[in-house]
Amino acid sequence: MKINVNQVWTVAEHWEGNLKPISFELLHWGRTLADKLQTSLASIVIGNAINNEELQKLIAYGADEVYSVQDPRLSFFVCETYARILTSLIQSFQPVVVLGGATTLGRTLLPYVAVKVHTGLTADCTGLDIEEGTGNLLQIRPAIGGNIMATIKTPFHRPQMATVRPHSIKPLCPDPFRTGWIHRIPIQDQMIDSRVDVLGLDPLDSGRSTLDSAEIVVSGGKGLRRGDAFSLIQSLAQDLGAAVGASREAVDRGWISYPHQVGLSGKAISPKVYIAVGISGAIQHLAGIKSSEAIVAINSDPSAPIFQVADFGIVGDLFQVIPEIRKHIHEQKKKKGMECHE
Amino acid sequence: MQIVIPIKQVPDTSKVKLDPESGTIIRNPADAVMNPLDLYALETALRFKETYGGKITIVSMGPSSALRMLKEALAMGCDEAFLLSDKAFAGADTWATSYTLSTAIRQSLSYDLILTGERATDGDTGQVGPGIAAWLDIPIATYVARIVSFDGKRLEVARLIEEGYQRVSIPLPCVLTVVKEIAIPRLPTLKGILRARASEIPIRTKESFSFRPEYLGLKGSPTRVVKIDTPQITRHGKTVWVKNPEDLSKAAVEFLNFLQQRNLY
Repeated sequence: MKINVNQVWTVAEHWEGNLKPISFELLHWGRTLADKLQTSLASIVIGNAINNEELQKLIAYGADEVYSVQDPRLSFFVCETYARILTSLIQSFQPVVVLGGATTLGRTLLPYVAVKVHTGLTADCTGLDIEEGTGNLLQIRPAIGGNIMATIKTPFHRPQMATVRPHSIKPLCPDPFRTGWIHRIPIQDQMIDSRVDVLGLDPLDSGRSTLDSAEIVVSGGKGLRRGDAFSLIQSLAQDLGAAVGASREAVDRGWISYPHQVGLSGKAISPKVYIAVGISGAIQHLAGIKSSEAIVAINSDPSAPIFQVADFGIVGDLFQVIPEIRKHIHEQKKKKGMECHE
Repeated sequence: MQIVIPIKQVPDTSKVKLDPESGTIIRNPADAVMNPLDLYALETALRFKETYGGKITIVSMGPSSALRMLKEALAMGCDEAFLLSDKAFAGADTWATSYTLSTAIRQSLSYDLILTGERATDGDTGQVGPGIAAWLDIPIATYVARIVSFDGKRLEVARLIEEGYQRVSIPLPCVLTVVKEIAIPRLPTLKGILRARASEIPIRTKESFSFRPEYLGLKGSPTRVVKIDTPQITRHGKTVWVKNPEDLSKAAVEFLNFLQQRNLY
């Protein structure tokens, strides 16, 4: 195999044999950077039972090459093993840029690998560019709870590594006629670190499992006043096909479980619309929602800071407003349903 | 059980102020606190010690003002602490920070378990925990939400990942980074506060360990911050007031229109 050095690389992610959307988002960033650098783009797949059709998708979404390392022992992410493989690939092929998702996998694997290959890593980037003249990667990221945007460079070490926040870009339109190479790289036994065993998975409830990927998130906070009122949030989310979030106050009061928590000590999310119901908008909460495309606030207190960042706000009693919205949704659905029967 | 917890002093997020001229953070040492997410690592360690015995050592890298935060950790029940403080450590990125912390840990402590918070609330990277594991060549489990069991040699933990709680078995010594769900942090006791007040926390410098000087501080950091912007996030969108029952229906319609305009409804 001819070795192409100085490529741009993305680390693909998968679950149960399917590539996850972040894999394609990374390829859009990667394509832009590779074109500016006039180099090729490769996607790295470490896993098991990811078929050719899935791997071809990486090419359709912008990759020129795919390096696929597959083995039954790689079904689940184990940091030490994945890190040995990625480290060895980086040392052999010497890419100039390596991008991973700012996901639980990327934010574990890439810092481990960055230490091993002695290079810099920037976390949770929301923008990437190439500096004119030097060709250095410019890594743009929010810090201090989203209060500042920092531009970071890795001037003297290669590869330049970054994790990229999910939803920071849309994937390119897939082109089924794009061609590229899929390289299958055999695994050596000493790459497998058997110290850690993956035992199983306890799934999350469906309202939470989509929190990272949902287009709409409906979140509830202290304004709900009672735990049983959280069902209002869940019903509205269901009507809108949205995921369910919550403020720290709602989680600390035991109204909903921690995986739903949005904000500084919970998740940072970037849905198309974030709907904050009965949430005042403390700076810690805003830190988790600032990269949403749009924010809607429903709150009875017009001076609540959430209105400062809202694109649309309703000042009113949520116990009246939410049922009213649901009533409208149900009426419209009924109307649509009748149209279909005609 | 020897437990080591690297912690960080951060600006109190609720009090953070930005210099309007330079856009940089005005760090008021009086407003610095322990990274709130480190409290969950401390609580996890204290519960471990209560069940299995052992010793908890706290390590931090930062200015001498961080001593106050280390005393707070002692007041909660941790046994010992030291501060890595030297001009040579200043300006370190996560690569250099994890090198400095792991070198100090390796050269001065025995460790079965290294616990860290998920990330610090200022830099927000979460990279130092995995970095320390890489330097020490020990396994790591990140985003740990629950310790399921411990048989003296291996831990079973549940990691909160995108798909659910992933259960993994991991041997000691190892690094665990924990999320808020793992435990509710305790408050310091009066006895603990008095003990902490009486204790002397040693400051270690670059001479205290055999560091590679070229790996320390800003000089040892592969990444460089080249620019800081303060984004204007105030959006001042449209606001609808619901003062009487007629407004209610109008508000609902406008809400659904807002979603419709974005093809989300």
